[in-house]
Amino acid sequence: MSRSRILTLSGALLAAALAAAPAVAADLIFSSGALAPVQETQKMRTVILKDYKGKVTFLPDEPPALLTRLKAEMQGGARVTSLIGGNDGDLAVLAAGGVLAPVDDVAASLASRGFAPDLLAMGKLGTDKQMYIPWMQATYFMVANKKALPYLPAGADINALTFEQLRAWGEAVQKATGKRVVGFPAGPNGLMHRFFQGFLLPSYTGGVVTTFKSTDAEKAWTEFAALWKTVTPNSTSINFMQESLLSEDVWIGFDHVARLLNALEQKPNDFVAFPAPSGPKGRGWMPVVVGLGIMKDAPDAAGAKDLISYLTTDTVQLVTAREVGFFPTVRATLPPDLSPGLKMAVAAIQGTGQAKDSLAAMLPVGLGAKGGEFNKVFLDTFQRVVLRGEPVKDVLARQGETLQRIMTEANAPCWKPDPASTGACQVK
Amino acid sequence: MRGRALPYLLVAPAVIFLTVLFFVPLVQTIALAFETRTGFGLGNFLRMEDDLNFHDAVVNTFRFVGLAVPLQLAAAMGMAMMLRHLGRGRDLVLWIWTIPLGLSDLAAGLVWLALLNDRGYIASLLFHLGLVAEPQSWLTYETPIALFAAVVIAEFWRATAIVVVILVAGLQLVPKEYAEAASVFGASPWRIFTRITLPLMKPSIQSALILRTVLAFEAFAVVIAIGGRNFPVLVSEAYNWQNFNQEPSVAAAYAVVVMCLSLLATVVWLWLLKTPAEQRA
Amino acid sequence: MSGRRAFYLTGVVVICAWVLVPLWLLAANALGGQPVIAAWPKPWFPGALSFATMAEFLAIEGVFRAMLIGFEVAVLCTLFSVALGLPAGYALARYTFRGANAFRLMVLLTRAFPVGILALPLTVGFIRLGLYDTPLGIALMHTALALPFAVLVSASLFQAIPRELEEAAWVFGCSPIQAAYKVVMPLALPGVSAVAIFAFVISWNEVFAASVLSARNRTLTAYLLAMLSESPLTYQFAGGLLLIVPSVLFIFLVRRHLFAMWGIASR
Repeated sequence: MSRSRILTLSGALLAAALAAAPAVAADLIFSSGALAPVQETQKMRTVILKDYKGKVTFLPDEPPALLTRLKAEMQGGARVTSLIGGNDGDLAVLAAGGVLAPVDDVAASLASRGFAPDLLAMGKLGTDKQMYIPWMQATYFMVANKKALPYLPAGADINALTFEQLRAWGEAVQKATGKRVVGFPAGPNGLMHRFFQGFLLPSYTGGVVTTFKSTDAEKAWTEFAALWKTVTPNSTSINFMQESLLSEDVWIGFDHVARLLNALEQKPNDFVAFPAPSGPKGRGWMPVVVGLGIMKDAPDAAGAKDLISYLTTDTVQLVTAREVGFFPTVRATLPPDLSPGLKMAVAAIQGTGQAKDSLAAMLPVGLGAKGGEFNKVFLDTFQRVVLRGEPVKDVLARQGETLQRIMTEANAPCWKPDPASTGACQVK
Repeated sequence: MRGRALPYLLVAPAVIFLTVLFFVPLVQTIALAFETRTGFGLGNFLRMEDDLNFHDAVVNTFRFVGLAVPLQLAAAMGMAMMLRHLGRGRDLVLWIWTIPLGLSDLAAGLVWLALLNDRGYIASLLFHLGLVAEPQSWLTYETPIALFAAVVIAEFWRATAIVVVILVAGLQLVPKEYAEAASVFGASPWRIFTRITLPLMKPSIQSALILRTVLAFEAFAVVIAIGGRNFPVLVSEAYNWQNFNQEPSVAAAYAVVVMCLSLLATVVWLWLLKTPAEQRA
Repeated sequence: MSGRRAFYLTGVVVICAWVLVPLWLLAANALGGQPVIAAWPKPWFPGALSFATMAEFLAIEGVFRAMLIGFEVAVLCTLFSVALGLPAGYALARYTFRGANAFRLMVLLTRAFPVGILALPLTVGFIRLGLYDTPLGIALMHTALALPFAVLVSASLFQAIPRELEEAAWVFGCSPIQAAYKVVMPLALPGVSAVAIFAFVISWNEVFAASVLSARNRTLTAYLLAMLSESPLTYQFAGGLLLIVPSVLFIFLVRRHLFAMWGIASR
């Protein structure tokens, strides 16, 4: 009896399975590595894309899956995706893999939008063609729990903090409470490498690649190792600082705005937001950009261009900023009716860019698919110097060789704040 | 038994299926591991070996597999035997025990993170018992032993069910009469277990060990959820090279190493737990 | 004897608790939301249950369709795994043939090689075969992941079924295929259900291959999980809980077919 019942059961299951899944009408597929968290995806689908006239399927993916899928669509010759959204690094990998079609015509037709020129330049990815259109921008800053404020060193201005004061602050909290409460996103999916490339090293050395082995760099790493003594050891598991801030494991944390905003939005009264610290050479910071690219031989290239045009209008850019906390890439003034959390974030970001000692460090340019290895150089240096306590000079010499190999193989000229070079950027 | 072709006909569908869908990509990827800028060679393996985390990853992988798999087998054996002694409610108990089977890696990682993190339930329990006053950090690079234990415990919780189901399915085919007969002749329960039940279950134990070992070499979602960057294993390094470092050829080299280890382990289990043809039921 | 029985019962209860308590905590975190997740010390029972996050998930456009696709893929995977795995398992158990061990290793290869590393060439291959973005394609991929279970588990089951029973059937005039079907299959059925469970659950929970192989037609796990790991913990817990319900229910439903067969099996 059971056998026949199982047969019936599986028959019924099969029938049900085959009856399922009705076909969907052909629409424009917008694959994105950005705005992948659930609430942001929802905002994208239900608010930001709501007024667009065409039918769009917004398909977020984690970057690894996204890159694999798009490369496979390209190589297999069955393109489903038309428009691609992603951060600069992921788009660089796709461009190096021949997945993106140049969008110079789109950039020309949208010239009146007033894109920030350096963002538009980044969209060329070190080539002479426009590979993506800047869609949204963001950066990193710090957030502190108000409980930590009483321990701020005397004379320190939280909006003009130095690395030394940050260390003193962390030490003061540790002395008073016995806890290490400074946090960095050094987990497997964290963005720690950007801290070294855009904040620590520019602040101490005024450069990133050329000054990698300099005595200034030795000082940067040595002092960061000292700062690390006040950092919670959980940092090597932290991917998103907002969770650790909300659970109060971390009182003073650094991260990307999109990975901090949730804490600020949920408990705006508990936190303060402020620019990352400065070093001897200035207040290094890294503007990051999310771009829109068009798939080569896209099934609906015209639709993709039209959607880019929609997403970069002033109105939609402002809606995007208000809904998901990524800022406009076009000339557009943020409205005053922002939520309290977003307001704090905006103030911290503006404070960073407008600081007297502000020193903008660009995302790596022209590395193509070598971007990942480039990041690894900084993470390995961190692991050796800070976590394993190896001698700074030796580590920098060894990692410097790897860095030079990457720059030479990619034949990438220096980018800001390193001085411009002819030919591959050289580690001095 | 009709003709020698029959077994080949029976395995043919599976072989054709795997060949068509898998053989080509597999060979391509293995080839990728040996491909360097200058031609074929061991360059990617040298880069792998030279990497900061490689030795840790090897050591961690062996410690992890070496501890988790035997623990799981022993526990699952015990659980399967316990079920034998149950009357009513047996399928309910078995259902409960096999629930972790239905969990995704993500959910399992979350569960154990919620239990073990600084402010997790275990720290809270110790707090309620008055043993600790503060949240406890034990999943960091400063507490490698606790971290290792946590990873093993979480994997033990998640993946023992698979072994239980295989062993239960095997155990129910072992006739009870043998044990009853031995019992009549005065054999102790332990003696019956080691001399009768265990040998009769050899095929199931072998399958369970093979599958579990291969999967343990592959386990990384839970390991990463709990261990973060602090507990690299070979597979997690392969994924790092593939996804973050964007260097598929080194990732492929790692994958080849993982594959060789898995196949080696399989061969060892096949050889150690061989059932000679004449002993087959 | 009753002391032994009490010992067994205690053991059984302890193991049930070991399995269930962590699950309860997952549910507590999922339903208690941010206050519970960030609390110290943790409460054993969340103060106020909130189904808001769960409801938010279920309200996401396309969730129902993704659920149907996930179900379709899992059922197809189950059928393929049984159809391909059982004959092969039977051959491994009953015949000594050249290449048997090579075949075992070949089947295991799909599990021994990390599938994420294989993803690019694999997906390109699936696209060329026209299987990209179809439930059938994902099901075939998942079948490959489930096949080692199907083959090895069924082989170990058939090995434990006495050959004499089959031989008796031949004596009474059954062909080998009839004997296998009428005599061996009923005995092996509980184990076959174990194979089916593995296949279903593997398919239901698999994320990476499913999200790489599909765009419009995503399984529920790929549809939700793809965006989950970058989401705040509240969503991760809620999504984690939401996803285990169907597979646990499935195990519960087939449990009767599975293990109610003890009577026959223990003869």
